[in-house]
Amino acid sequence: MDRIPVLALGDVLLVSIQVDLEDQLALALQEDLSDRIVSTGAHGVIIDITALDIVDSFVGRMLATIAAVSKVLDAETVVVGMRPAVAITLVELGLPLRGVRTALNVELGLKLLREVRLGAFASAVDSRPDPTGDTSAPPDLQ
Amino acid sequence: MINAEPSGPAQVQLISGDDDVVRVRQLVRAAAVATKLSLVDQTKLVTAASELARNTLRHGGGGRAEVQPVNNGRRNGLRIIFVDEGPGIPDVDRAFADGFSTAGGLGLGLSGSRRLMDEFELVTEAGAGTTVTAVKWER
Repeated sequence: MDRIPVLALGDVLLVSIQVDLEDQLALALQEDLSDRIVSTGAHGVIIDITALDIVDSFVGRMLATIAAVSKVLDAETVVVGMRPAVAITLVELGLPLRGVRTALNVELGLKLLREVRLGAFASAVDSRPDPTGDTSAPPDLQ
Repeated sequence: MINAEPSGPAQVQLISGDDDVVRVRQLVRAAAVATKLSLVDQTKLVTAASELARNTLRHGGGGRAEVQPVNNGRRNGLRIIFVDEGPGIPDVDRAFADGFSTAGGLGLGLSGSRRLMDEFELVTEAGAGTTVTAVKWER
């Protein structure tokens, strides 16, 4: 069966969907991505849907599931490149994709992932009990 | 009844597998472009067709889609008809409720596609099948 390629870029996995998605292909992508997150230790996933001229409830559910599963596996998902007409249709369909991060393009998606990662790291450091009473951020975050 | 007179030939696509859902989308997309629907309306129509084709496959056990240009005396549009000979829908009101699903989906197929179309009609009979007719008009 055909598979959608998953590319590793540093600690980010990049998926660009370039074909009209059959349901089985969408399900296969969901499984492939979970496996790759674990095998590569990736902390971010970018799904580029620039080429998709529609996102129906099946594909919308796939995107939401990928985002939720990757979150459990300590990776953030950003969906990028959604066309305006697709966004309008998704909202009217009743699937506003709450819980799925989006960015306009791959570059902004990567930037968002970096910010989320830094933010999560900073708050983890802040909430750690600090016996010295020193509340300043560690040097590597400054 | 939907007031829509055919203004061109009907195209038919049989639905018996996942790949046929993709074929229905492509057929409807091409017909929507030919009918000169706006990009947003094309997208809504193709998305609704995708939901309905999946319903025909999953709930109706397969069937067929019919795509035809229509006119109501004022505007041109595109009509899509989905026919199956499956078990029918026992409780139509429930089937139209957002979030109701018997196939493990999101339950947006019928309710969502009705919102995306301008006209929508569902005829179903227990044991005899379901026919959905829907139209998107040119603005």
